[in-house]
Amino acid sequence: MSKAHVYKRDHINTDEIIPARYLNTDDAKELAVHCMEDLDAGFIEKCAAGDVVVAGDDFGCGSSREHAVWAIQGAQVGAIIAQSFARIFYRNCINCGFYVVELPGAIEKINDGDEIEIDYEKGVIENKTQGTKLEFKALPDFAIEIINNGGLLKHISRK
Amino acid sequence: MPMNMTEKILAKAAGKDAVCAGDLISAEIDVIMCHDVTTPPAISMLKENGIDKVFDPERIVVTPDHFQPAKDIKSAELHKRLDKWAREKKIKHYYPIGKAGVCHALLPEQGHIRPGEVIVGGDSHTCTYGAFGAFSTGIGSTDLAAAIATGQLWFKVPESMKFVLNGTLPPGVYSKDVILAVIARIGTDGALYRAMEFTGSALGDMTMEARMTVTNMAIEAGAKNGIIGFDETTKQYLDEHLKDKTEYTVYDSDAEAEYVAVKEFDCSKLEPMVALPHLPSGGVPIGECSGKEMDQAYIGSCTNGRIEDLRIAAKIMQGKAVAIRTIVVPATPEIWKQMMDEGLGSIFYEAGCVVSAPTCGACLGGFMGILASDEKCVSTTNRNFVGRMGSPKSEVYLASPATAAASAIEGKLTDPRKFM
Repeated sequence: MSKAHVYKRDHINTDEIIPARYLNTDDAKELAVHCMEDLDAGFIEKCAAGDVVVAGDDFGCGSSREHAVWAIQGAQVGAIIAQSFARIFYRNCINCGFYVVELPGAIEKINDGDEIEIDYEKGVIENKTQGTKLEFKALPDFAIEIINNGGLLKHISRK
Repeated sequence: MPMNMTEKILAKAAGKDAVCAGDLISAEIDVIMCHDVTTPPAISMLKENGIDKVFDPERIVVTPDHFQPAKDIKSAELHKRLDKWAREKKIKHYYPIGKAGVCHALLPEQGHIRPGEVIVGGDSHTCTYGAFGAFSTGIGSTDLAAAIATGQLWFKVPESMKFVLNGTLPPGVYSKDVILAVIARIGTDGALYRAMEFTGSALGDMTMEARMTVTNMAIEAGAKNGIIGFDETTKQYLDEHLKDKTEYTVYDSDAEAEYVAVKEFDCSKLEPMVALPHLPSGGVPIGECSGKEMDQAYIGSCTNGRIEDLRIAAKIMQGKAVAIRTIVVPATPEIWKQMMDEGLGSIFYEAGCVVSAPTCGACLGGFMGILASDEKCVSTTNRNFVGRMGSPKSEVYLASPATAAASAIEGKLTDPRKFM
């Protein structure tokens, strides 16, 4: 079970997720310290391993920096649920073996602090706090396979 | 089946006769752009996964740009990793410091961009190269690693939107104003996952430098790529810049090609635009925001750091003095030299600007012009997100080089037509 951290905002961009002043490293642990820093300086303190970030439309817009995904992974975020995602960020997440869930109306259906459980392959979020089941379109099989193999490069080198 | 330019290029790259929007394809990559922030991690990933191969050292272009010259020890380490790898792999087109420049200005200038090709780069503004009728898109480090090793990547063929830029740009209004107006109308996700194809008489009148400003900002509307058809202006630029490989294939959109949307703009009625904080879609005509006091002006970047941009700014600054800190950053060494040869460097000096070496620098809040809290910067760059150029409490106002230069002189957002 994971706790949801809800940001009722659209266009949360890569500069907010990991500011460029920290791009002089590619170490996930170092990046994680600054995860979401310009959006919510307290994020890293309140996010426990496996917690989920919930946001509005166009999450991850801006730069192609995969550092944004590494920072989130380094902070041990379990998944991101957003109403929609920016293209490069979405692709980077799958390539890094990190789950992204596209859920229309996400910021209305999940409240900050809700306890949720996600079945990625079936495409169902169980909101334990509200007692609701939210369906989403699961990722295509090939993307789930990449994620389960630990990312694109591990996926390629296994083949 | 009728196809547009993006579809034709992707079909060719996938070895197919035709593709349509939504098809998943595996495309052969013609050129890969590598810089100092996203490539070192890609190199490490390849090593960690026991992949030592580079698909073709002649089709990879490497330039440090974001933090070059190295701004601190950590970025020096990134440069060291990039340099070691580029030399080990015998990358033919490696531009170390002295030759290095802001990637999206450097690659076209040095003749690495050809129509009809598929170009990827570890940078979101790789969409710039679409100005030459190429399919060009930004990717992350993992995709970059896969592309470097295999020369291939999978893509979903994007739906296309057509933007018809009608009319003629009035004096004082530039291609930057056009793209800010386009993004203001459709929003930062108005072209999400899609191709933005630009056409129309106002576009036809633009130089390649000006067109690159348009395609550069396609990502700011969420697009996968921006693309502009080939014409005499394209040909002339290529004739002057292509070096070792001068042949290319031109693809035009069929008259019956499909677009999910067609948006028309009357450029004759456009005014200088300023994108207010904190989204590139915050564009308003200068009349709605003039007088707002600024602390800094920044003229440079892959959007507007080309020679034409510096000429426009210098023309306005000639014989005048700036009222606020003004930083001018020629995007490549060649632009830097041209600036000096044409006497623009002296104009900037006389006006009280500081001129830096080519770098992405402060555009992304790296170095060379970082903003303190509560400071405001009028900038010719492409993003004005929270904290983009420094403190999360600073503000960035996106504008053309003319508007930035006029605002630098007045110390507040100023209509450049005042100086024309």
